[in-house]
Amino acid sequence: MVLPLAMPALTATSAMGVGVEATRAALHGRRGGLSPCDLPGMPPGIWVGRVPGLEEVALPAELARFDCRNNRLAELALRQDGFAEAAEAAAARFGAHRVAVVLGTSTAGIAETEAAYARRDANGALPDDFDFAHTHDLHALPRYVRARLGLRGPAVSISTACTSGARSFLEAGALIAAGVCDAAVVGGVDTLCRMTLHGFNALELLSKAACRPCAADRDGISIGEAAGFALLMRPEDAPSGSPLLLGTGASADGHHMSSPHPEGLGAVAAMRAALDAAGGGAVDYINLHGTGTRANDAMEGVAVRTLFGDSVPCSSTKGWTGHTLGASGALEAVIAAICVADGLVPGCLGVEAPDPAFGVDVATGNRALPVRRVLSNSFGFGGSNCALVIGRA
Amino acid sequence: MRCRIAGVGLLGPGLPGWAASRPILAGQAAWEAGPVALPPPAALPATERRRTSASVRLALAAAAEAAAASGLPPAELETVFASSNGDGAVVGAILEALSAEDGAISPTQFHNSVHNAAAGYWGIAAGSMRPSVSLGGHDDSFPSGLLQAAAATVARGAPVLFCAYDAPLPPPLQAHRPTEAPFAAALVLVPETHGAGTPLTVDLVETAAEGAAGPLASLVAGNPAARALPLLQALAAGRAGRIGLPLADGGAVVLELGAP
Repeated sequence: MVLPLAMPALTATSAMGVGVEATRAALHGRRGGLSPCDLPGMPPGIWVGRVPGLEEVALPAELARFDCRNNRLAELALRQDGFAEAAEAAAARFGAHRVAVVLGTSTAGIAETEAAYARRDANGALPDDFDFAHTHDLHALPRYVRARLGLRGPAVSISTACTSGARSFLEAGALIAAGVCDAAVVGGVDTLCRMTLHGFNALELLSKAACRPCAADRDGISIGEAAGFALLMRPEDAPSGSPLLLGTGASADGHHMSSPHPEGLGAVAAMRAALDAAGGGAVDYINLHGTGTRANDAMEGVAVRTLFGDSVPCSSTKGWTGHTLGASGALEAVIAAICVADGLVPGCLGVEAPDPAFGVDVATGNRALPVRRVLSNSFGFGGSNCALVIGRA
Repeated sequence: MRCRIAGVGLLGPGLPGWAASRPILAGQAAWEAGPVALPPPAALPATERRRTSASVRLALAAAAEAAAASGLPPAELETVFASSNGDGAVVGAILEALSAEDGAISPTQFHNSVHNAAAGYWGIAAGSMRPSVSLGGHDDSFPSGLLQAAAATVARGAPVLFCAYDAPLPPPLQAHRPTEAPFAAALVLVPETHGAGTPLTVDLVETAAEGAAGPLASLVAGNPAARALPLLQALAAGRAGRIGLPLADGGAVVLELGAP
């Protein structure tokens, strides 16, 4: 692999804010985006991280067949922070066929299918206007973004549950290193849908209030929706001072479909691989996967303690956004870049007493300190693990 | 991108494994459609084995055959799984359950609904902690998955097990995403310097015509994973050649298969 790679354009949209500046202000102001769930047909008594105004977002007319909540969120995010313009500039510079689109999602536009099931006819058939390929299909996301940005490089759809967004950085890095492309639009988009909320409800993993990752008395996840995008290219092709992707690492647990390895062996392996790829330097802050479930956070505490003891401040930002699943790794990569730019360790939101069993330095209030490198963790069902190191040269 | 093919796996209608199907693929024996037997993955513990669905069994059968043929320890292979539909039976059952009065869904079905379920079961079966990625791709799952697997092999200098698989969706989804019989193809790709294995180059080009699959063309039309067939036919016949895999939204993946 050829690392580092530069990220001359970044953007994120989640319940805590539309675009980088709103996200930054919410982090500094400690204003979370979670609220009681008011979407119809969802499990009762839960909180979610909903992006306001998605219902009003319109896709360009020529791409209307891609219309679904997931692609509307992608569209809203692409309009922020000059991201679409930066991708178009990369296409002009390298050639549109030399810019890949590599994006993660866990459920794409499956909310359209859920709605179509409610409109089945007397024979059980779905309505004729239901467009599987451009909404439900995982490939609908990179196809939409590729068409929207006028790119002609490879379109890659990644779906490794909650590591999807992080994993896109690693896969795009391989495409650039192997000479398939010169730049890539990477990231992840996932949106609220009944399958996900009822699924986590069936697993009894949903919090009854705003999630509080790392709290001693944490009681589960709040699900959120988000889009995070980054433009990746070689550092010599990007403006100096661009945030850098310094390291990527991945592993599998090979242990169980839904329970993490209790000692976090897979998590340790992914973090170690990312740190090695980054050249082995110190990190100043760890943005945890930190979902707020008993099992994930305990496992991650053990894994972080194994590698770092209590020497590195860590926190989860899911108290602001909820767990945005296949988007979380991309959203949190953007948050990591904000932390580096601002010298910020955002302490866990709503946590009075971190779990003492972790034995790590959990920040519960914001800290201002030099942050040169951030380690960002993502873990998912199927034993999928991915870690990124983001920072400065 | 240059690499080598060090092992092959296959499972499809009338194609019960790579080794057993070589005469058919090479054109030395006639092909007859038939049901696809999906063996429970022997390498999984019994509790996990019982939970595997048809699509997981399909993927793991082809993956295991390719890994064994490569002679490399399965636990040491990175993996790339590519599937258009994922586990349609599980997703369909969840959509049905969500439509019912109480909307309650099965927790086991939910964690089996993730697109990387087959990869997760593979990791458990192989005892592997190596990186694994699961891709979609709609009609391009085979070419875009192979492109990604070749890039991983070249960029990381490591052997990669690539498996493309797809099984039919249940009704009513099937009418909106028709997929015929189950089909899976798997390749172990190794770096060019590995020495052993059939040379393969994988490149992205502006345009190319789809490779022909002769008497197996109906399989290619019915399942995106079966777009592997022109490559497998050339491999089985020991025939060097160029195979085009045009992509739905423009561009094409082109394979150059060397002499074995």
